[in-house]
Amino acid sequence: MLVLERVDAHYGKSHVLHGVSIEVRSGEVVGLLGRNGVGKTTTLKAIMGMARRTGGRITFEGRDLHGVPPHGLAGLGIAWVPEERRIFRLLTVLENLRTGLDRAGMTPERREGLLEKVYAYFPILKERRNQAGGTLSGGEQQMLAIARAMMLEPKIILLDEPTEGLMPRMVAQIQAIVHALHRDGVAILLVEQNVPLTLDAAGRVYIMEKGAVRHHASSAELRADQRVIHEYLGV
Amino acid sequence: MSTLTTSSTILKTEALTVRFGGLAALSNVSLSVPTGEIRGVIGPNGAGKSTFFNCVTGVLQPTSGRIVFNGEDIAGLPPYTISRKAIARSYQITNLLPGATVLENVRIASQSRHHSWSMLRHHRSYRDVIDRARAVLADVALADKEDELASNLSHGEQRNLEIGIALATEPKLLCLDEPTAGMSVAETHATVDLIRRIARDLTILIVEHDMEVVMGLAHTITVLNYGEVLAEGSPAEIQANPRVQEIYLKT
Amino acid sequence: MDQILVQTLHGLVNGMVLAMVASGLTLIFGIMDIVNFAHGDLLMLGAFVGASVLGVTGNYWLALLAAAVVIALLGALLQVTTLRPLIGRDPLTTILATFGVSLVIQKYALWQWGPSVRRISEPVRGDFTMFHVQYPWYRIATAILAGLILAGLWLFLKYGKYGIWIRATTQDRVMAQAMGIPVPLVYTAVFAIGSAMAAASGVLFGPFAGVTQTMGFDFTLRAFIVVVVGGMGNLGGSILASIFVSLLEAYAAIVVSPAQAVIVSFVVLVLTMLFRPTGLFVPTPK
Repeated sequence: MLVLERVDAHYGKSHVLHGVSIEVRSGEVVGLLGRNGVGKTTTLKAIMGMARRTGGRITFEGRDLHGVPPHGLAGLGIAWVPEERRIFRLLTVLENLRTGLDRAGMTPERREGLLEKVYAYFPILKERRNQAGGTLSGGEQQMLAIARAMMLEPKIILLDEPTEGLMPRMVAQIQAIVHALHRDGVAILLVEQNVPLTLDAAGRVYIMEKGAVRHHASSAELRADQRVIHEYLGV
Repeated sequence: MSTLTTSSTILKTEALTVRFGGLAALSNVSLSVPTGEIRGVIGPNGAGKSTFFNCVTGVLQPTSGRIVFNGEDIAGLPPYTISRKAIARSYQITNLLPGATVLENVRIASQSRHHSWSMLRHHRSYRDVIDRARAVLADVALADKEDELASNLSHGEQRNLEIGIALATEPKLLCLDEPTAGMSVAETHATVDLIRRIARDLTILIVEHDMEVVMGLAHTITVLNYGEVLAEGSPAEIQANPRVQEIYLKT
Repeated sequence: MDQILVQTLHGLVNGMVLAMVASGLTLIFGIMDIVNFAHGDLLMLGAFVGASVLGVTGNYWLALLAAAVVIALLGALLQVTTLRPLIGRDPLTTILATFGVSLVIQKYALWQWGPSVRRISEPVRGDFTMFHVQYPWYRIATAILAGLILAGLWLFLKYGKYGIWIRATTQDRVMAQAMGIPVPLVYTAVFAIGSAMAAASGVLFGPFAGVTQTMGFDFTLRAFIVVVVGGMGNLGGSILASIFVSLLEAYAAIVVSPAQAVIVSFVVLVLTMLFRPTGLFVPTPK
């Protein structure tokens, strides 16, 4: 469904992605692991059209994303949950959700239904729905960022380091949400540094180093032989 | 390596703490770096490496604790004062003068150390400064590009020029902030060689994510986690330390 | 005592008109970082259009509406043709562009309507009396109308679907795009809204002093001062600052001539920049 073919990208002069090839099929959860600075976030940004793609191709459901304006990706079914969460701090929780909810073709019933569904996933957001986004805790902001993406009823969610900086209890919650989204049939490209979480949630994992994909295996294989993980993510 | 007695500790921090509101970015960090060492600082995201760096180079004021450089308390001093005290730093975002040549960039940095107020002596001291600048360029393998505009260099060459600019201020302590970020494998190897070359006369503090670079270069490594020192030791010791593996692999 | 009362009313009324002008300016700046030097000239053009429509139909309210709509469309056209291509470039280019537009608009108005002053007559005649003071009803009505329009704008931004789009885009353009919000369209709409507010201000202000090609300049200048004092991009701040500065100027005019009273605005501007550069009515950032 989402295919990156030998993608190269530059930030100014810095050649940050070298021939990255990644595929996420419909309904799959795919992990993207690697240390800091290897290009995981840049890969997501390349998909979102935010990094200068200087080589290769990115297609979604067969359609080349080159030339699709940045605000057109949501309509195609691609949702993004960035590393910094980037919730709209001065908007309330509900208003944050409405940025995704107020789409063409959304009847009042569908809106209610979607909102209720997301509140069921994240009861704390219902409680805080009239509070400004900036007053939420880190974990709550992460949940809001994911809930906001769900408002787009996406086919795929690009999830960038959702557990970074969160306490273990919240990490477990995020893990549960990823499972629930998978059950719902949403595909996820999960960028993470948390290895156990990724191996548990994803069926397949790509490992990156220095701007390139160095290894690609199923989670089962990586769980069985941890040496590869140690080499690319350990010390 | 010089004989290491406690008086040849070039940098020491004692219970260094930095608080942002309720969050402790650094908590009680105490370490000491002997003169001439290459000290690596590693740790997962948010461990406090940048905060630590910013304190040592004067960009950030610590909430409490001491930073002692060459026997002098430097905590809270502004960056330009610290620079005069011979600590230099390279930056993650390129800080070059793009409209100037490679030689000019280094020469300007060098002049900060050797400026002469006398107009009469100007011509002579100019020659010395250029020679010093050329020597630095040789160290960072950019001697053949001295007349090239800084903006025309490749990314790897620009990062090396940055190290050259820091070197030109004749520091005793050089702080390198992710010097190989965004570099290809080949460029990384070249930079590692460069750092080894210049390390003979310097003490180097290096923050890096690339494990190969850090393990290959550093004499001692300090591991930070959630703002605290988790472990300290030789590369081999750190690699064998299960707690360090844990925080990286989160097992 | 009477003088103080009159000046207070002057300050409030002028403040409300200025608030309408400044809101448009601060919205535009807040969302797309454009310093719109042509803002006052859009006001002037709106006043001329209003005067012409009034001359033809005799209906003030129609003139007000027509001016707002026509200038909104013009604003949208301007944004699409001259400002959209400059997105992402050096901010200096947009300043120069809006300055150029300002000159063009002024000369066009001169060509179209000639050099004589136009009149817009008040829709509401008569004075009202308060404590021995007679004050024109029309001016009070202007202040109330401006207040209603600003309240309407506030409600739209706070509760409307598109209001949320505008506020989200102002806070984080990239994330707004990722949520499917068509940011280029939002930019054009905001510029149109700002232009419409400026035009309406021009028609409202018309009866106060007549309509001339150069009437825009004073407004642009004061609006910029007020936007800085209120906090750039801060709608509530610019409204409060408009009233504050206008009141100060009005009181100053008791002591010195009105032409000199404008110095008060500059003093406030300088003090703000020295001590609270993010704006007087903005909470100090941590």
